[in-house]
Amino acid sequence: MLQVITFWILASVTVLSAFFVVAARNPVRSVLWLILAFFSAAGLFVLLGAEFLAMLLIVVYVGAVAVLFLFVVMMLDVDFTELKQGFLSYLPFGALVSIVLATELIIVGNAWTEANVVAPAGASATPEGVSNVEALGMLLYDDYAYFFQAAGLVLLVAMIGAIVLTLRHKPHIKRQNIAEQVGRDRKTAVTMQDVKSGEGLGE
Amino acid sequence: MTEIGLSHYLAVAAILFTIGVFGIFVNRKNVIILLMSVELLLLAVNINLVAFSSYLGDLAGQVFAMFVLTVAAAEAAVGLAILVVYFRNRGNISVEDVNLMKG
Repeated sequence: MLQVITFWILASVTVLSAFFVVAARNPVRSVLWLILAFFSAAGLFVLLGAEFLAMLLIVVYVGAVAVLFLFVVMMLDVDFTELKQGFLSYLPFGALVSIVLATELIIVGNAWTEANVVAPAGASATPEGVSNVEALGMLLYDDYAYFFQAAGLVLLVAMIGAIVLTLRHKPHIKRQNIAEQVGRDRKTAVTMQDVKSGEGLGE
Repeated sequence: MTEIGLSHYLAVAAILFTIGVFGIFVNRKNVIILLMSVELLLLAVNINLVAFSSYLGDLAGQVFAMFVLTVAAAEAAVGLAILVVYFRNRGNISVEDVNLMKG
């Protein structure tokens, strides 16, 4: 019984906060609603017995992605009320399409469950008597090792891409040039001037 | 109502996916909200994968959800970087001006 109540609470919080993500006037509030949605989705994952993914969701999404969004929203000095224009003009059509889409998806899901399709022999059955983390680790590092490496490569490329895109050298900032400093010698550093007495250098 | 089955999780994921699509429809100008809507779509897909994985007893779904998570993080990083560069060049983030580069 407690499971059922927990499911309904988590599911309704997830859906409601997801709705406020797209409907909120202020993007900072959108990000905060997004964090709440991810958190309750992590709760749903725990209910499903996927503890590792739940923790991953909190660490990656709440800890990294949402905070990244928050940084960008606060960094960009944009008039957000202006961007909200056009919200109402697309609202009726968007709502219509969304309702049709949701109904279709739910009908398909229900019909599939109702039909009680016998699950095909799974690619990798859940082992008995091992914790979720352990089972996932065995699977990930054995069968999916190359995919794991490829995922790391995707992250590396994304990191390099983000750095290359946003890095810029401002022209008027003095930077330390080590080679120039070390390569200095007496010829380039010291000049001899003949100064007439009583007149100074005059510049 | 008293028994939580696979179809309940599928319904939650479907509604979440629809809200993401709805967000893309109505927030045509604000790229930040668009990116957040894409994150919601990917979250819905993840819920689907994990629900099926749990009810069919096949752990591969959770591995896939992990890869989706990785791609989502990479997408958010690159998307926001592009957004920052765009803002530096134009001074606003209105998507309607993006077709300026159209040849």
